[in-house]
Amino acid sequence: MSGEMILLGLAGVIEAGAPIVIAAIGETITERAGVTNLSLNGLIILSAMMGFWVSLETNSILLGFLTGMLIGIAVSVLIAFSSITLKQSQVAVGFILAITCEDLAYFLGNPIMGEQAPIMFATPIPFLQDIPILGPLFFQHSVMTYLSIVLIFAAWFWISKTRPGLMLQGIGEKPEAAFVRGANVVKLRYLYTIVGGALVGLAGPLYTLSVKAGWKGTITGLNGIGWIVLAITIFGGWKPFRVAFGAYLFAFLQWLGLVLQSTLTFIPSQVLQVAPFPLMILTLLLVNLGNTEWMERIIATLPDWLRNRVIKLIRALRSQPPGALGTPFERE
Amino acid sequence: MDQARARRFSVLFQIGGIVLAFVFVSVILLLVGANPLTTFKLLVEGAVGSASRISNVLVVWMPLLLVTSGLLVTFSTGLWNIGIEGQITLGAILTTGVIRLFLDASFPPVLVIILSIIAGMVGGALWAALAGLLKTYGGVNEIFGGLGLNYIATALNIGLIFGAWSREGIASMSGTDPFPKEFWFPTFESFNLSWPSLVLSILGLIVIFFLLQGTHFGLRLKAVGKGMRSAFRLGIPTKKYMMLSFMVCGLFAGLTGALQVVAVYHRLIPSISSGYGYLGLMIAMLINFRAIWIAPIALFFAALNIGGIQLPIVQKLDSSLTGVLQGSLVLFILIMQGVKQRVLGKAEGE
Repeated sequence: MSGEMILLGLAGVIEAGAPIVIAAIGETITERAGVTNLSLNGLIILSAMMGFWVSLETNSILLGFLTGMLIGIAVSVLIAFSSITLKQSQVAVGFILAITCEDLAYFLGNPIMGEQAPIMFATPIPFLQDIPILGPLFFQHSVMTYLSIVLIFAAWFWISKTRPGLMLQGIGEKPEAAFVRGANVVKLRYLYTIVGGALVGLAGPLYTLSVKAGWKGTITGLNGIGWIVLAITIFGGWKPFRVAFGAYLFAFLQWLGLVLQSTLTFIPSQVLQVAPFPLMILTLLLVNLGNTEWMERIIATLPDWLRNRVIKLIRALRSQPPGALGTPFERE
Repeated sequence: MDQARARRFSVLFQIGGIVLAFVFVSVILLLVGANPLTTFKLLVEGAVGSASRISNVLVVWMPLLLVTSGLLVTFSTGLWNIGIEGQITLGAILTTGVIRLFLDASFPPVLVIILSIIAGMVGGALWAALAGLLKTYGGVNEIFGGLGLNYIATALNIGLIFGAWSREGIASMSGTDPFPKEFWFPTFESFNLSWPSLVLSILGLIVIFFLLQGTHFGLRLKAVGKGMRSAFRLGIPTKKYMMLSFMVCGLFAGLTGALQVVAVYHRLIPSISSGYGYLGLMIAMLINFRAIWIAPIALFFAALNIGGIQLPIVQKLDSSLTGVLQGSLVLFILIMQGVKQRVLGKAEGE
């Protein structure tokens, strides 16, 4: 494989990783506030279909993305209302919505299967696109890909470097303490659930209008993406850069799978399509090793020189959720 | 508030949830230009319009009984066994494997069928144990472990159908070669309803009902579910009980898959689990995890599934509408339950 091909492939990874980055950063923001939006798999498929539909009818890509965001907002309002206001199980509501949104997408999207909606083109950035290597890699993409990259830095800056971001961390870690310090926990959790959901809602149309253009019902190939995004959020330890790394790693492996498929034709394509899932389990196992008892016991038996290194490695890998993730806030 | 009034109050909110769900689905139907009343009528007729349709409803009812019963066990330990779809699939795969193995042997078919069902149950339990091990010893949340295992099971299934077990000539989505008739479960005359399946499914429900209501084992499972720490202090080995609950549920899921193979399809097909595992999770939430309600609600959901088959034929609508209706019923009833608690809480606070 020539250098140029590899460069093209890597640029494709950044392009194909964009929806995953956007959705995973959105979910990270929501979960940092202490709310799990488990509906992602259905939400992405539904917003993908609705965004495609609206673009098809109006011939406007912008309206397609706005529709996706609106779907994201609608679903996350449902999640916020039932889990924050009504204190119902976030897992239950999220799971029901994951399944129901998917069915809804296939139902409503049935008549528009296989139609031709507008496709978003790349907008290369003048001058920057001519830089060798970096140009083709980063500056010859669509607007949404640029947005996905900017979003990583913006989310990191907001969460770690600003006062409201500190409050965001507070309501996810120790909501009672944040409340005492004057944070309106309920309002802020609503806000971040909705912001995160709106971002996830962008990922859907980004697939059907660009990365995997077209709507083909159940074989569109989006089933499973939402679960992967949720796993990437965990793998990323709820930190924007690490989450983005996970998203690109996933996109890279998918590309590798495609490359391998053309050479290893004896593997049925259906089998390669699910390759991400054993990988998902393994990575989750890896980042959780440091939280298990038996690992601690093994480490205790290691000789000193090895023990310190292993502990360092496991700490670096370990991912710990926000302290109050998934629990309702009780004002005492 | 006295108990009778509280109960009436509760029923009122449940009816509210059902009404909201139907209103929501009606809006969706109007959106695609279909008449809601005609569609609902079609659903009912599709489910109970003829004797063979009612028999079809029962064919769907049986796996739903089994998976929901199994899921109540994992729910009582506070676990979300989303991996149940994969456990059904593994059950079906092992059952098919055993039957294929003895296809040409001179064993009596009844023995082979029994053996294959046992293999299916073991397969389901082992696949569940994998999710359990990941959870209890690997720290991997059972939702993600289970989901990952579901996709792997599907790939394994499709890999077998298109690979090692493919049909002679050309492999296809229609599944493996059907078994000879002597390896089929007996059915009622001129219906596709198999009576041993019916017996096993109802038996499964009864077993779980008594297991959770009246046994020491059931109580311990619930103690683990109520709070890991307190159960641990009581001397209940929590990890062991979590593993056990996974495996009991896996046995039920494996049995479901086995029965789909020997009594319904008589071969392995790509979507052998038919989404019944996820549907079982929905039913369990809808009935608020009370075993006594499994039978009627599973029957209702099964009727919707069968009624939905008529949608594409008569009205050119996608049959996924059934899932939308089932999902919104669960969602709105759950939401109304929350609203009720909030209203009651406020009333008591005053």
